[in-house]
Amino acid sequence: MSGVAEHLNEASLRKLAGRERFTFFGLTLPYLLMVGALIIIPIGWLFYLSFIGRDGTMSLENYTRMIESKAYIRIFITTFKISFLTTLICALIGYPLAYFMSQLSNRWANICMIGVLIPFWTSLLVRTYAWLVLLQKKGLVNNMAIDLGLIAEPVKFVHNTSGTLIGMVHIMLPFLILPLYANMRAIDKDCLKAASSLGATPTRAFWTVFFPMSIPGLLAGLLIVFVLCLGFYVTPAVLGGGRVIMAAMKISSNIELYFSWGAASALGVVLLVVTMIILFVASKLISVDQLGQRS
Amino acid sequence: MKNSSLNISIKDITKKYGDFFALNDVSLDVTSGEFLTLLGPSGSGKTTLLMVLAGFTSPDHGSVKFGDEEVILKPPHLRGIGMVFQNYALFPHMNVEQNVGYPQKLRGVSVAETKASVDEALATVKLDGLGHRRVDELSGGQRQRVALARAIVFKPQILLMDEPLSALDKKLREEMQIELRQLHDSLNMTTVYVTHDQKEALTMSDRIAVINDGQLQQLGTPNDIYQKPNNAFIADFIGESTLVPVTVKNKKAILGKADVLVNHKIEKDGDFLLVIRPEKLFITSKKEKGTNYFKGTVKDSIFQGESQLLVIDLDQATYGGQTLQMRIPNGTDLKQEIPGIGKAISVGLRLADSYFVESA
Repeated sequence: MSGVAEHLNEASLRKLAGRERFTFFGLTLPYLLMVGALIIIPIGWLFYLSFIGRDGTMSLENYTRMIESKAYIRIFITTFKISFLTTLICALIGYPLAYFMSQLSNRWANICMIGVLIPFWTSLLVRTYAWLVLLQKKGLVNNMAIDLGLIAEPVKFVHNTSGTLIGMVHIMLPFLILPLYANMRAIDKDCLKAASSLGATPTRAFWTVFFPMSIPGLLAGLLIVFVLCLGFYVTPAVLGGGRVIMAAMKISSNIELYFSWGAASALGVVLLVVTMIILFVASKLISVDQLGQRS
Repeated sequence: MKNSSLNISIKDITKKYGDFFALNDVSLDVTSGEFLTLLGPSGSGKTTLLMVLAGFTSPDHGSVKFGDEEVILKPPHLRGIGMVFQNYALFPHMNVEQNVGYPQKLRGVSVAETKASVDEALATVKLDGLGHRRVDELSGGQRQRVALARAIVFKPQILLMDEPLSALDKKLREEMQIELRQLHDSLNMTTVYVTHDQKEALTMSDRIAVINDGQLQQLGTPNDIYQKPNNAFIADFIGESTLVPVTVKNKKAILGKADVLVNHKIEKDGDFLLVIRPEKLFITSKKEKGTNYFKGTVKDSIFQGESQLLVIDLDQATYGGQTLQMRIPNGTDLKQEIPGIGKAISVGLRLADSYFVESA
């Protein structure tokens, strides 16, 4: 006895609590190991490589090149422009669709949800090449439009910005719809009834009650789409036809054509930092628990 | 803030969902300034009727008039009613003041006037000074008050409430019942209140409309409904009761081999149910004139704080194996001790408290 009286079973109960905590920690261990081995260490290595110059010594040349070279600046502008436009178009298409689905009965909403998810579950590469087949010069869309007399000359849909946007919007749309729909579904329908009983027309009730209440879901969707777009590779590579060069494609060519790991790493680091800044700003706008959505 | 009020006239409202009658030819008049409760179990149609009044549900046919004006085709936002919802339905993106001021903003009321009316409404529901709070910082009771303030801020002539207290705990609920009733008396707006809680209905209402299976079962004051239920459903649903099957032959009522007296005329033969309220039974040693008298044994005796509940098995030979419940308020001046479990007991029921309903 060390002066303080031992309460009944105090030590054993504390040991029990400690054991429980240890078990919970044990459950997260595989994930922590995986994150450490596959993410933290490679990123550290990447970071290190980005400071190695052509001659193998420490240098900032990979970064200074990015600021000085017009090609790099153009790539950054393209990346942000394409990401911004894709996100905007996704919002314009996705918001009305999510709203429509949120107003349906569970049964019909689930059927619509399958419609949203089936492309989501189909291989990215398959969908991207499918767009190429549909949109190319002698593709289905152009041939039909010409046969119907809508256009005289085939329209250039692919191997440019429009093709890239069409493909990317199609790929990204579910990422916007899923969080937005979950948010809208959780909005208390009585709030709209309340607005209506208090004198709001349906339009007024939508803009003063429903829309503000859906903003957390919308922001979450916009954020996911924008961040995914920033590092997107396959679709712009295939549908852009080499004319639309985004950051991820430059990273690839740095390695495959120029074997310049340093330059590729530096670009990767910049992309990562930009993404983290965006996430940080967004987390100020919406609290993290809103990203996980409740009502 | 005293409001003018309107009477509501409901006529032949029918609403079918497939083959199911949510409302079946319901007609009902609510007097101006009255507190009327729609009482029924879940699925009875009471909420559907409230939604018809509010304009959120269109009936298949029927008429709803506010004053002299037919409103059945009017959309909800033009009906000018105040409404309080079960889960408050406060707007989470607005603070208390913005919530309460919302109907005023829609009506284009000036900022100064809105401020004054919001302050008045918040004072009415005793939430002065909480205008800048966020909704999620409030307790359940406070949220309900905000919802109420929002519904009365524009001085509607009709106030509809859909189980507004059901999410609160018992003690707070009982306080709010009294407070809501007082608020109604001071504001004087016609109030239609929906609940499944019969005690709440008895506590608050001028009149109660009991609804079951989409039909109006009985309309009357709490006293009427409790003392003279129209049918077995109401006798069972309102308050505690034991329904004892009795047979009427040649205008005489019989339970097993014993005669049963009732306080009203018996007009036809057949099977009836004697409604016995547990608190109306009393312990007696002999059959007094003008009372019903039952003998049995105490099967169970339960102390429930404010009262002692006895479960009594009536004598098999005389009454045919019927069980009664009896409630003796704690502190009752008893001439004799309450018999223990397994002991013989004889109880009386005054003629005035003996009442039949038809067997369902």
